[in-house]
Amino acid sequence: MRLDTILRVCAKLFIPFIFVFGLYVQLHGDYGPGGGFQAGVIIAAGVFLYAIIYGLSAAQRAVPKGLVEFMVPMGVLIFAGTGIYSFVVDTNYLDYNNLAHGDAVEGQHWGIFLVEIGVLVTVASTMIAIFYAFAGRGRQ
Amino acid sequence: MSIVNEIIANYNYWITIFLMLSGLYIVVAKSNMIKTLLGLAVFQTSVYLLYLSPGKILGGTPPILEKGIEVYSNPLPHVLILTAIVVGVATLALGLALVVRINEAYGTIEEDEITAIVDREDHAE
Amino acid sequence: MSAEPLLLQDHLPALQVVVPLLGSVVVALLRQGPAAWVVTLVCAWSMPLIAFALLDQVMTNGTISYALGGWPREVSIEYRIDQANAFLLVLVSIMAALVTTYMPRSIADEIAPERQGWYYCMYLLCLCGLLGMAITGDAFNIFVFMEVSSLSMYGLIAMGRDRRAMVSAYQYLVLGTLGATFYVIGVGLLFTMTGTLNLYDMAGKLEAVENTRPLIAALAFIGVGIGLKLALFPLHLWLPNAYAFAPSAATAFIASTATKVAVYILLRIVFSVYGVNIAFGDTPAAAALLALAIMAMIAPSVVAIYQANVKRMLAYSSVAQIGYIMLGIALVSQTGLTGGISHLFNHALIKASLFLAVGCMVYSTGITRIEQMAGIGRTMPATMGAFVLAGLGLIGVPGTAGFVSKWFLITGAVEQGLWWLAAVIVFSSVLAMIYVGRVVEVAWFREPSGAAVSPRKPPLEMVVVTWVLALAVVYFGFDTDISAGVAGDAASLLLAGYR
Repeated sequence: MRLDTILRVCAKLFIPFIFVFGLYVQLHGDYGPGGGFQAGVIIAAGVFLYAIIYGLSAAQRAVPKGLVEFMVPMGVLIFAGTGIYSFVVDTNYLDYNNLAHGDAVEGQHWGIFLVEIGVLVTVASTMIAIFYAFAGRGRQ
Repeated sequence: MSIVNEIIANYNYWITIFLMLSGLYIVVAKSNMIKTLLGLAVFQTSVYLLYLSPGKILGGTPPILEKGIEVYSNPLPHVLILTAIVVGVATLALGLALVVRINEAYGTIEEDEITAIVDREDHAE
Repeated sequence: MSAEPLLLQDHLPALQVVVPLLGSVVVALLRQGPAAWVVTLVCAWSMPLIAFALLDQVMTNGTISYALGGWPREVSIEYRIDQANAFLLVLVSIMAALVTTYMPRSIADEIAPERQGWYYCMYLLCLCGLLGMAITGDAFNIFVFMEVSSLSMYGLIAMGRDRRAMVSAYQYLVLGTLGATFYVIGVGLLFTMTGTLNLYDMAGKLEAVENTRPLIAALAFIGVGIGLKLALFPLHLWLPNAYAFAPSAATAFIASTATKVAVYILLRIVFSVYGVNIAFGDTPAAAALLALAIMAMIAPSVVAIYQANVKRMLAYSSVAQIGYIMLGIALVSQTGLTGGISHLFNHALIKASLFLAVGCMVYSTGITRIEQMAGIGRTMPATMGAFVLAGLGLIGVPGTAGFVSKWFLITGAVEQGLWWLAAVIVFSSVLAMIYVGRVVEVAWFREPSGAAVSPRKPPLEMVVVTWVLALAVVYFGFDTDISAGVAGDAASLLLAGYR
């Protein structure tokens, strides 16, 4: 187990950059290619790398199963909640134009931002949940 | 020669058809459940190509608003296929999860053997 | 914040889908069986309220169009509700509400406590998907909701307590995904030809590309894809085991809604988008559908007679009943289509009440095989009484809902001079009489034995819901205004098409 020093060191170097790249893809998604789906998968991939190199139990200490199972519905809630908030500001479901109370451009900006956060949370946690579900099998 | 040219010009559709048929063949012919699911994935992938092909406009740029750009590819198929990919991933994950559970319950993932066991259980019921 | 009070009635189309979605999220966060059920119950009972309000709006003001995101129809997803799908929304949401009321103790009995939360979560997602399919006016959106409902349905089926449930869920997953993918291929071809995914716009643009090969190919792909989803014989192979091994309450819900919504999608695409002229004009679609419908009415009925498991017998009977609905479509006439659509409604009531009665029996005795049911009618008269009543509806005895729709179908066949078809319908009904009669004979005319001697008392809500549906079967045999009347409106609307 201790012979994989190179892998461990490289993973430690890589993982922060994977996360930062994921966030870049997420936040840049408003202006160009990118968005919650891609960013979610990239961030989940960072967790996978950690789990593969350091073991599943280490990964589950860092990202507990309970948190993952909480985040899956949470992301959907953020997405659907944004839509519900559109009702409050007197527009159709998921209509962002009035989200900033008047300024349509600002409203679209906020709408896309919030919805993509929801997508990010759900996609990242779903990918991790799938990984945990399969990786945890056959050990009991 | 015009037929040959036409075949070459529509190569993307030929690839689509090839993927579609090979995916369908794997689903029908393979007894191993994981192979069946992979065939299903190939079959779904062919659809992605079917949608993306007409969305590309020759000489068009990526669909991002910039000054001076008139011709751009149709973004709609990309959005649709992004959704379809997610659906495909979900299906594959659920299918594989079921196969894991079936393997734990039956000790095999060969559909022939499982069908035989299921038939026996049906009669013994 | 706007000063005016929140006017939710403008947003009913979105709420119809969003409420069960939010409900499933809340359930996934709670994950405790009883609390999850309460949330499910609240969501499920809000559905018929919304659906009836929508039906009322459609009846008074005509078609409702709701633009998601506030974008114009050309670039966004439109929810489009007319009489046909408002009717379907009412059907699906009432079924969901009743089955949810029935569910908690049956589920607690059949599913391990730690999984019950997930069961309710998937149940609500399935409901969300089915309502979404019914309400949306966008071809690709239909696919997305179809997969939402199907994926959660695979999960629901796999939760059955027998290990064969997982195998049947897997088989359904493979075939269901093939079906959905076929549908998407068809939609892709239509999108290539018309440049739009909105069903209403698509109908307008189809005329320009009439008689092109991709159009017919798209119809074939969509027909096969939806055919798999609605278990059109011989594409029904996934259905019997899926119904037989799913938890009882899930079977009742799936059997009464899922295939019906798929039928609606087929009706919508074939009649509203393609229109009668393109779909049935130059293609052999009507003849092929007629042949398949006749086979579906006969072959699965015969198979049903030889089934040992009562749930699988009812499942084969479902395949046969789909044949009747398809027959109504294949006749391509006002009367035929009215018969098909009203049979869609009636069969949902009948099959739900039959499966719910079986669910009561499974709860009380654990029996699933017909020969074990000996004398159970004497020890569980309330449950089996409802079974008999609904069974009469399935046969199509006059005075039950099943008779009304079969009457329309026979009239439709005779109108076109197809007397032999009327004979086929009667013959299929005789087959139904044999397989229902076999259960009745065992249950009522034999001495109780084995587990049937001392069943535990089924909970009140389970018996009451079963009876409500069984009585509805009789009620709609007399009051044909709602079932046949609305079905007639829906039929003429569909026959007129979008153009």
